[in-house]
Amino acid sequence: MSMTEPSSGGRFGDFGGRFLPEALVPACLELEEAFRAAWADDAFRAELDGLLVSYAGRPSPLTEAARLSERLGVRVLLKRDELNHTGSHKINNVLGQALLCRRMGKRRLVAETGAGQHGVATATAAALFGFDCVIYMGEVDVERQSHNVFRMNLLGAEVHPVSSGARTLKDAVNEAMRDWVASVTTTHFCLGSVMGPHPYPWMVRELQRVIGEEARRQCAELLDGGVPDVVVACVGGGSNAAGIFAGFVDTSARLVGVQPEGGAAIGRGLPGVVHGSKSMLLQDEHGQVSEAHSISAGLDYPGVGPEHAHLASGGRAEYPSVVDAEVLDAFQLLSRTEGIIPALEPAHALAWVVREAGRAIPSGSTVVVNLCGRGDKDVAQVMAHLGHER
Amino acid sequence: MIPLEPHLCQRRDGGAKLLVPYVTGGLSDDWVDVVHAAVAAGADAVEVGIPFSDPVMDGPTIQEASVRALRRGTTPGSILADLARVDVGVPVVAMTYYNLAFRMGDLRFARSLAAAGVSGAILPDLPLEESADWERESAAAGVASVLLAAPVTPDDRLAAIAARSRGFVYGVSRMGVTGERLSLAGSAGVLAKRLKATTDKPVLIGFGISTPDQAVEVCAEADGVIVASALLRAVLDGGGPEAAAGFVGDLRHALDAG
Repeated sequence: MSMTEPSSGGRFGDFGGRFLPEALVPACLELEEAFRAAWADDAFRAELDGLLVSYAGRPSPLTEAARLSERLGVRVLLKRDELNHTGSHKINNVLGQALLCRRMGKRRLVAETGAGQHGVATATAAALFGFDCVIYMGEVDVERQSHNVFRMNLLGAEVHPVSSGARTLKDAVNEAMRDWVASVTTTHFCLGSVMGPHPYPWMVRELQRVIGEEARRQCAELLDGGVPDVVVACVGGGSNAAGIFAGFVDTSARLVGVQPEGGAAIGRGLPGVVHGSKSMLLQDEHGQVSEAHSISAGLDYPGVGPEHAHLASGGRAEYPSVVDAEVLDAFQLLSRTEGIIPALEPAHALAWVVREAGRAIPSGSTVVVNLCGRGDKDVAQVMAHLGHER
Repeated sequence: MIPLEPHLCQRRDGGAKLLVPYVTGGLSDDWVDVVHAAVAAGADAVEVGIPFSDPVMDGPTIQEASVRALRRGTTPGSILADLARVDVGVPVVAMTYYNLAFRMGDLRFARSLAAAGVSGAILPDLPLEESADWERESAAAGVASVLLAAPVTPDDRLAAIAARSRGFVYGVSRMGVTGERLSLAGSAGVLAKRLKATTDKPVLIGFGISTPDQAVEVCAEADGVIVASALLRAVLDGGGPEAAAGFVGDLRHALDAG
């Protein structure tokens, strides 16, 4: 299998597509055309690459996690996307989409956010380009990520708390789409993950591909031209996983996307259609979408990007899950062994490596973990879970 | 089941403007009485919403109605069972989001609508590019697949939507979600006129039509109106079937007076 352009209409095998109201179809067609032209335009690519270097701080290093490796008996390499400006991989995507927004003559960004990382990144890009910016965020997430809400306000964005449904990421997406229906002629919907209607799953993966391409080069240098045995990333919608997988899908590396137990759309879900695409989805027998649960606001989503559903059905990638307690343990372990406090999202990927080292991951293997976000935003929440004495 | 398009065409060609109120199925114990009251007050057809957990095209009123219905344990099956027990007297058109049909299977869903006497279905998140399978299966079950057009729909898409829509063509009055508005968007009349120029099928305009005056205004171009949030507001506020009858009666009177 490969990770190239989806077939006409945005299909990744049985998944993907463009299931959305007629009012939004012309905007998605325009966006698809604009992205295809921009992606083939050397000047656009040069401007984006320039921003990724001079503004976001790319390339991010690949760090040998020596003490963790010694502990686990596998060689762990950390792709340090938490070192990007704004603290996560989300900036890769929003800089590209902000450039596209300008190219399409629009001057307003709306976005959904869960943990707030995508909201902060979008607000950052909006400030950089002088765009208006509205971020939709579930009330529950506003509470558990109040720090990020204040950051978005500082950056000049309006944050609209969403009180419908479970008041988390899924409901924020609904509300952002409702805004977009009413504002589509002036507004770009800056979706944060490899989900939604075509062209978003493809476009966001391409904008995140830089993670995988860098990691591939860095691994080649470190491993004498070789590739790692396993590439691991956390999966909510799945943008950081799609980005790093894209760099290794044509190699022998095992690709592993780690889901939260309470949001394991691949495994516990069934095929379904929501938020513009067909994918695996947590839902009841009637097709009502279920509420996901995760300690990590960024993974608290009942669906998954359609390309991941496709990679899973074709057997090219695997999507296990971990529970919150394992995530908290991994969060602390990395902090103590490597001096790196990860976000709760990539702590899922680490938790799987910790659990499976010497089991599903044979001892002596080389494992690349995409450390897609830093843990500053999660410190207060983890402190509440663990108590101060630790 | 009453075939949708012939029924609406007959009324239109008889000189009437078409009035289609929307009721969220399973909203309350007496939701079917709300439907009967709307019909008795002059509805030409009734749109019954099958609530979905994530109604992205709906504003606060229909969201509230959907949540209330789902909390009562409403399912697609319970709504269809309620409808199967009664004779509404005019065609019923189901409105829901595609995942509920997809989960059941397109053909099975279409057949279950037909078995409950439902004449048509509106799936607003199934645009032209994704609707071919559903159009085929619904046609096989004898259910009219109603397609939607929006103000931003370009002419070539508009013609394709009008050609493929069955029963009537649903024009979305303005760019935005469902919900009451103080004034009618200028885009409503423009879209109705564009649709009328491309099809002989009934052209109904919905989204944001809240008052008799707005209904009359849009019917200067359109064949009729769909009214949802303003009616549901009255029902949600505790007005019950009487409020629905009063609201629909006022609209009927205004449309008939022209």
